[in-house]
Amino acid sequence: MDYRTKAVVMDAEAVDRALTRIAHEILEANKGCSEVALVGILTRGAELADRLAERIERIEGVRVPVGKVDISFYRDDVATRLSPEVHRTDIPFDVEGRHIVLADDVLYTGRTIRAAMDAIMDYGRPHSIQLAVLVDRGHRELPIRADFVGKNVPTSRRERVKARFAGVDGADSVEILEEAGAR
Amino acid sequence: MSPLSCQHIMTMDDLMPEDITTILDTAESFKEVNERRIKKLPTLRGRTIINLFLEPSTRTRMSFEIAAKRLSADGVNMTASASATVKGESLRDTAKTLSAMACDLVVVRHKYAGAPQVLAECMDAHVINGGDGMNQHPTQALLDLFTMRQHAGRLEGLTVGIVGDICHSRVAGSLVPALNKMGARPIIIAPPTLLPARPDVLGAEVATSLDAVLPELDIVYMLRIQMERAAGMPFPSLREYARFYGMNEARLAAANPGMLVMHPGPMNRGVEVSSAVADSPRAIVLDQVNAGVAVRMAVMYLLLGGESGGAVA
Repeated sequence: MDYRTKAVVMDAEAVDRALTRIAHEILEANKGCSEVALVGILTRGAELADRLAERIERIEGVRVPVGKVDISFYRDDVATRLSPEVHRTDIPFDVEGRHIVLADDVLYTGRTIRAAMDAIMDYGRPHSIQLAVLVDRGHRELPIRADFVGKNVPTSRRERVKARFAGVDGADSVEILEEAGAR
Repeated sequence: MSPLSCQHIMTMDDLMPEDITTILDTAESFKEVNERRIKKLPTLRGRTIINLFLEPSTRTRMSFEIAAKRLSADGVNMTASASATVKGESLRDTAKTLSAMACDLVVVRHKYAGAPQVLAECMDAHVINGGDGMNQHPTQALLDLFTMRQHAGRLEGLTVGIVGDICHSRVAGSLVPALNKMGARPIIIAPPTLLPARPDVLGAEVATSLDAVLPELDIVYMLRIQMERAAGMPFPSLREYARFYGMNEARLAAANPGMLVMHPGPMNRGVEVSSAVADSPRAIVLDQVNAGVAVRMAVMYLLLGGESGGAVA
């Protein structure tokens, strides 16, 4: 199916400001970052986690541990649908007792977050798991909410939300896409 | 689109090069799981996997069993002595019985070539060949490719010498086509009496002297001499075989300095591999065993999972 851009809801400056604000909020909520670690959900959540770690380092002068998690094996729809590509989970620190900030680009049904929480729990028992997302587009199917949100974007289920990051896509932006031929 | 182009893994012919790459890449992720403290995933919860091992096997069966358990599938083992086959049940009837129990996947080891195909015809479940007679053992070849790629960083262009009883080896039966599919260069090395009548049909170069081709090899793959059949072996003595076709320290020194030694296990120390070589860092036999679990998890996941799609959950 072809999609075309309907609206650009965040440009590079807006993404930049949101990242700075989320970094400050994470530090404020956790009273610093001594027990904080970031875990990004592959692939774009991992990019978000790296960017947030950079910001936190700029503010606090401390490099927090960063990991990445692939949720393919924890999906609730394995029997009907497989991830097109499986990546390697890499959590190079002990999660035991830490405040884990899970990072993802777009929060939608919440099913990915449920899977990621289960994946992290398989590594140990963190003190807490918090959630940072660049965009919350609504339509939750599970009782999950984000602690840190770049922007709330009301959407219809027919639309898609595409977050782009400089590291993987060349430039930062968030766009709403709709099916070509709609309207 | 299904992630693999086949429903069953019975011979290497079932797999396209892209399928092999998908399996090896997926196995990389499972390898990480096997390094965790909690080595368990919820992925195949509620799926039933039957290990139908109608020929003795410990390591392959255990490897499949561990793979199924780590994916949370329910694994059931059935061995020849405990099965109705000793009461005279035909393989077809066994297949229909298992099918009626609604199992999702059957791993079969059988003394006759083609048994996996018979099973697949009679049941709805996916079938993985765990070794059929002297024909094929595809998951062994896949774990070997995984280990080669892990150490060499590539498969294309690798020169792999396969030494031993080529004629009776299902390991060689799968490994030769697997290497060919991935652009590697297999050379089969054996005394003429252990080569098939027409080795050319295997699609590998043939050598009868290990020493002559040794310097060309990136990897030497030593097949097991089946000691239980040693009495009928077509060579004068085990000692003579070891002298001409065994991997020992002198040969390791004469080989290319990065050459690695592989073996499907269990090893006969002092026959195909000397103890010193088996214990040297150049022998990557335990990496093969380690890869076995990850690769078998990958084929189970890819066969039992649904369509491969990119849509957001």
